[in-house]
This record gives sequence, C-alpha cells and structure tokens, in this order.
Amino acid sequence: MILDSKIPAGPLAEKWTKHKFNSKLVNPANKRKYEVIVVGTGLAGASAAASLAELGYNVKAFTFHDSPRRAHSIAAQGGINAAKNYQNDGDSVFRLFYDTVKGGDYRAREANVYRLAEVSVKIIDQCVAQGVPFAREYGGLLSNRSFGGAQVSRTFYARGQTGQQLLLGAYSALSRQVANGKVKLYPRSEMMDVVMIDGQARGIVTRNLITGAVETHTAHAVLLCTGGYGNVFYLSTNAMGSNVTAAWRAHKRGAYFANPCFTQIHPTCIPVSGDHQSKLTLMSESLRNDGRVWVPATKETAEKLRKGEIKVNDIKEEDRDYFLERKYPSFGNLVPRDVASRNAKYVCDEGRGVNETGEAVFLDFRDAIKRDTKAIIASKYGNLFDMYKQITGEDPYQVPMMIYPAVHYTMGGLWVDYNLMTTIPGLYALGEANFSDHGANRLGASALMQGLADGYFVIPYTIGDYLAQTLPKSIDANHPEFIKAAEEVKNRISQLLKINGKKSVDYFHKKLGKIMWNECGMARSAEGLKKAKAEIKELKRDFWADVKVLGTNEELNLTLEKAHRVADFIELGELMIDDALSREESCGGHFREEYQTPEGEALRDDENFAYVAAWKYMGENQEEELHKEPLVFENVKLTQRSYK
Amino acid sequence: MQLTLKIWRQKNASDKGGFATYPVDHVSKDMSFLEMLDVLNEELTEKGQDPVHFDHDCREGICGSCSLYINGKPHGPLQTTTCQLHMRSFNDGETVTIEPWRAKAFPVLKDLVVDRSAFDRIIQAGGYVSVGTGGVPDANEIPVPKTIADLAMDAAQCIGCGACVAACKNASAMLFTSAKVSQLALLPQGQVERKTRAEKMVAQMDAEGFGACTNTGACEAECPKGISITNIARMNREYFSAVVSSENL
Repeated sequence: MILDSKIPAGPLAEKWTKHKFNSKLVNPANKRKYEVIVVGTGLAGASAAASLAELGYNVKAFTFHDSPRRAHSIAAQGGINAAKNYQNDGDSVFRLFYDTVKGGDYRAREANVYRLAEVSVKIIDQCVAQGVPFAREYGGLLSNRSFGGAQVSRTFYARGQTGQQLLLGAYSALSRQVANGKVKLYPRSEMMDVVMIDGQARGIVTRNLITGAVETHTAHAVLLCTGGYGNVFYLSTNAMGSNVTAAWRAHKRGAYFANPCFTQIHPTCIPVSGDHQSKLTLMSESLRNDGRVWVPATKETAEKLRKGEIKVNDIKEEDRDYFLERKYPSFGNLVPRDVASRNAKYVCDEGRGVNETGEAVFLDFRDAIKRDTKAIIASKYGNLFDMYKQITGEDPYQVPMMIYPAVHYTMGGLWVDYNLMTTIPGLYALGEANFSDHGANRLGASALMQGLADGYFVIPYTIGDYLAQTLPKSIDANHPEFIKAAEEVKNRISQLLKINGKKSVDYFHKKLGKIMWNECGMARSAEGLKKAKAEIKELKRDFWADVKVLGTNEELNLTLEKAHRVADFIELGELMIDDALSREESCGGHFREEYQTPEGEALRDDENFAYVAAWKYMGENQEEELHKEPLVFENVKLTQRSYK
Repeated sequence: MQLTLKIWRQKNASDKGGFATYPVDHVSKDMSFLEMLDVLNEELTEKGQDPVHFDHDCREGICGSCSLYINGKPHGPLQTTTCQLHMRSFNDGETVTIEPWRAKAFPVLKDLVVDRSAFDRIIQAGGYVSVGTGGVPDANEIPVPKTIADLAMDAAQCIGCGACVAACKNASAMLFTSAKVSQLALLPQGQVERKTRAEKMVAQMDAEGFGACTNTGACEAECPKGISITNIARMNREYFSAVVSSENL
C-alpha cells in the first residue's frame, strides 16, 4: 500500500483554506442520518463529539472513566500555545509553525503543522467564549507566559491547571449536546475492537465495565481520541488508566502505527522514591521560566550532599553548575524537553546527581524569589509548590526542588492522512492517539493545542468529505462481522480468565516497564534494543501462560481490565523496539547512542531517515512490515537543531 | 510501619456489604495512600482473594476519581485528595477505616467505588455557555477584570470528586453546583443564561436526591481544592433573583 498523505497542493499558507473548500459537504438535513462514534472524551474527543453534534450528526461518545471530565487531558498543567501575538513580541503563524517543526527535529509534516499553527488562534477564542478562566492582566486582557523551545511568549494559561480548565470547557460543550440529545454518552465502557465491513470501519465492540456485557455499536465513522501509550513504561506521568488498547486493536485490524519509538521524556518530574511507586508526577515545564537547573560542579560535592554531610543551601555559588545555562546560553533553562532531559541524564551519569538514588537534579527558585518576592512566585506556581510539598515533604520555597526526567507523552501513534483518517477508511485518530504534528519531539503547551485543533477545527471539516461519499443508510447491527468481532472479544476475555497462573498483571507491567525504560528510554543502542526484543518476546509467552486474573467477567473487575491493557502494551513494546532499531539516527526524543555529535547532541540523518515510519500488522507473532512516507520540506531549511 | 485496615467490602450494588479487616506491614512513609492499597491488592491477589476496588486515575489530585472516606473524613486527615495523601500522615500500629462515599445520590457499585453520574447530569442541566464551535469573537474582545477572572478561577478549580457531598450530613451537592454557577455568573460570557442556569442546575440537583444546605461548612472544610462556601451564598442569590424575575420558567 502506498501511503497517501493527501496533503493539498499549493502554497503552505493556502493549503488548509483550499482543502476546506474542496472537501465535500453533507447537507444539513442529511447530517442527522449519520452516526459517528467518538472513543475517548479528553480534549480531542470531547471537542470533536461536541462540534460534530452541533453540526447535526448523531454522536455516541465512549469513555472508560465514570465521567468524561476525568480524561487525562485534565492533568496538563502549563498552558496552550497560540500564535495570537498579543504580546507584540514578533510571533506569527509562521513562527509557531517554524518553532514546532524545528522543535520536532524535522520529523513532522509541514502542512499539518502549519494548519495547527493557523487554527491555534481560533482555539483561544473558542475557549474564552465558553468561559474558560484564563489568566488576565489588570487591564482585563489575556496574559501569556513563555515556554520551552520558543523565544516569544505565546502560551495562554489558567494557573497551573490549564488542561483542567480547557477540558472542563470541552466537557461543558459536550454536556450541552448530551442535554440536547445529540450525544449519547457511554461512561465506564471500554472499546475492545473495531468492526470492519467491506474494508471500512462500521462500529466498535465495547465492554461495559460494571456488568461485563460485551456490546456492539454501529456508526458511519469511528474516531479514536484515546490518548497516548506512555504507560508502556509502567512508570510515567500518564494516569493509571491511560492505555493503548483502542489504538492497538485498530492497528491489528489494519491501521498502520507510525513512529512508535518517538516518546517524550519530560525533564521536570518528581524523582522516583521507591519500588512501591505507581506513577510519576510532573512539575510543569513553566517552572523552568523562573527556576534554575543545577547540580554540584564536582562529583565530590555531590557525594557529600547525598550522604547528608552538607546541606544544599550551603553550596556556594561557584560550586554550582547551572549546566543548561552554561551549555545553551541563548535558551538557557528553556531548551526543549528532549535536550533538557538528556543533559540531566548526563550529569547524573557523571555521578553528580543530588538525591539518594543519584538520579535527580535541582530546580532552584532562590534567585527568582529574591528578584520577584515569594508572593509573586506563589501566585504563578503556588499549586505546583503545594503539590511538591505534599508528595516529598519538602518546601520548595526553602530548598530547591529535585527533579528527574520521566516518560510523559508519545509523539508516535496511529498513522493518519491530512484528514486525520487512518489507513482504515472511516476510522480517524485525533489528538495524542495520532502521530501527526509533533515529529520526534513535542514542544511544551502544544499537546492541548493539537487535541483541541483536531476536535474543534479539523475533523468537523474533514469528516464531511468522507461521509458525503457514504450513503446515509442505517448499518445492520446484526451483520455477521459484528457478531464475529463480539465473539472474538468474549473469547479473549475467557482466555484471560482461564489461565489462572501465578503472576499478577502488575508483575508483567512492571517488568515490561523496566525493559522499555532501560533499553528504549532516554538513550538507545542496537545492542540493547536487540536484547530487549528477546526479553519482550519471552515476557509475552510468560504472560499468556502464567498470568493470574481473578474474578469473573460479569462484574466490575479492575484486574481483568488491566490484563487486557497490559497484553496490548507488551505487543506494542515489541513494535517500539523494532521502530527504534530501524531508525539508525538520533532525532528529538529518539536518541541512538551510535549517532551523536562530538558534543553529545542528536545527530540526524536527513538523507536516509526523513520519513514517517508506518508499521503494518502482519499477524500474531509475525514481524511487522515497514512502510515509509517521505517527509518533504519546502518551507523550512533542515539544520542541526541548535539552542546554543 | 504496620497498620490494620478496616475496609468496606461490597460485591455489587445489590449486596448488603460489610467491613473486612486486613493487617498490612512494610508500609513506607513515602508511599501514597493508594500505593499502600496497591500493595495490599497485590497480596490479596497472591492469596487468590478479590482485590479491593476503588476509583483512581491521575494520582496527581486533579482528575477527581479517587474518593475514599478515611477515618471518618473524605480524602482522609489532610485537605487534599486521597491520591496525594501520603503514609507519613499515619502512625505505626494505627487502625485505618476506609469506606466509600455515603450518599443516596451516589450508590455504591462495588467496594469503594460509587456512581457519581448525578454530577454529570447537574452540569448537563446548564453548566455551560451555549456557544457552538466557531463564530465567536476574538478572545481579547471580552475583557475580564483580573479580580473577577481570579474569583471565577477559584470556583472553576472544582474537580468533581464529591467530597463535599460525602462530608455533608445532608449529602448536599450545593458546593459542587455553586462552584459552576459562580464561575459562569461572575464572567461576562455567562450573563445571557445566568438566570436559567441557576434555576435548572438547582432543580436537577434536587431531582438527583441530594439534600439541602444547612450552612454547617463541612464541605468547605473537606474540599481538597479549597472551594469556598461563599460560592453557595452566591448561588443562593443567583437562584432567588432568578426565581423572582425569571423570563424562562
């Protein structure tokens, strides 16, 4: 199959406008004859479901949570980018586009990123109209902050809870459509499979998480807005329930999976405290606006600090190494996430880490408090400081925070064309679930932007083009494909319940996480990846022979839910390894030790690897097939990314 | 440290339910409360016993999923969410009692998991500004005084966990409902539907079977996000002015 990205011809700035005009429309009277399924109710899902219902489509929205408002978009802290140029500091749509393509280390599609930058301004308008309480200046206008990877202030925020406020905005729009009867909501329902009829997505199979009932639902189009797969690493900043299952089942039905190895390790997370740890907590990147990152200048001082022989505040200025400011004078502490994470790893590998495990660096607000007063710092980051204190028992107003990188976001995802359609006709992927806009590294405050762009302003246009070519006749819920797909789901459930082995689901998840973090985390090598692949294959065998899933299907059964998800993570893990192995270059979050500059920066190979790697599922335990979509750059010049 | 856990076990919505006692040792002070329960569940699974079911997700104090009633207090001894509560708040040898939220409008589904969809229906009754996607004015065309924006944000921080209902002797949802009514009543965007919103949301709250407010302030004291009861006062004003001058109902 040749991957057709369907990028419209013509100048970059006109592509989206032209494409909207050229897309077919569904007339208003016909819209009510179409059913659309939206899986997931985070920023992408809630905004898509609400917007499509407003247009007149009949929407069914599914979430495994008890309420759409619990989706993990809610946890995004720092902000959302938009090229408003309200600050008069030189921002523009083109600059946001340029920063995002460069930040992604030139592994994203120009046309998609430009569209994202273009609609970003409308997102802010939309959210304000919904009553999202963004931060304001005294004159009543909107306030902005700066963020990593950019030299302009274009980030809109609502204290340290921007994701919460944006999601509640989208949730309110969704709730309005539920009240209007245009959206039917299915909470505590997990998607288990896509149903295909004549090569097109025509519905889904779900499991009711309260009763265990396996149900089928028909639709003329299915939207997967199911987030990222960071939990393949077990420990991540993702919510406990975040999973790859919906995307993975679609993959097994024929949707190609793109750039799975592109994962983002966020530099500012609270370090691991022990084996009991269930998740990692992010401290917003916005903290790097005022906090300074440092470690002791020498190994010896760091050792004394770890042993408790000296106190952090006693370390003299000349004995501190503000390594980001030193190495990257023009961006300083605001270098992009991949660069900041990698450098934290380097200094810790040198033995200069600052906590007991040696895997932490300082993020220090001493100078900012001196400059701005404690009250001003508290007004910007109060809730984050409180959260830090709650978790660690230490007061960041008095002593520097300790941070260490952690898995945070996955740039890879289901391959989609310019219309956000996967390689399965009628099946779309939006938000973090797709691969499209962030290349090999996502800039801060861009995930919220993409989720809402896809849901509010892209899919309402592109879905019409597909539906207009599909007859609006109702789909037969008793079609043999529905019955067959439901049977397969039931069989898998009983298979899991029958194994009755000795090891818990979490045992497998933790083991998988360790393999992935060690060999497919911040630094990767051919040797390590090959070893990891063998280990994962063995883990998969062991899982299906020896996992212990208690209880029955016909009840609320958290272990069974998790078993399904972990089984899919194991398979995804193997594909990530394949992808990381085949990409023999370093770019963004993908750092292959064999490919680096003498200064230890990522060394891209544009001649051989300027492509999207899209993987095709070939059957149980078969090697997946790699398809390449070449990336063409007409508007930006590919350079060695430099933040010096 | 060692603890004795007294946990509410209930097989499903129709089961009567009751307490079961579990001793746990090797509890570290750095564990979160939910991680302590994870460890218990691993042990139960090993023994072939059904693990304790509880709602949780982000474990960052923002999604509002976690909901335990610990030693007679929603989310336990601190004014935070259960997922942010750490074991350093407990003492070696202590007995810790864990129950689900108790309210008629929040039926127990299993063990510590309750159904909070009533909150969704209250929002569906009017907790929004009726604007569709697109066709809205430029964001800076709606100036909002900073003090008002900050007050609206204070109210908007509600995570919908239901601790206010669990804390209230009347199982009232006034704090939850008033937080949304306040946010939108304060902002210029919310003015057009101000009256109908207050009326409809209050009506839905009553229809769900939540109790009335008698101003004891327990909700505010237990709210992990510090939502103030001045929001309830504001909602009462909104509601009264709406019912005496309503054009809609």
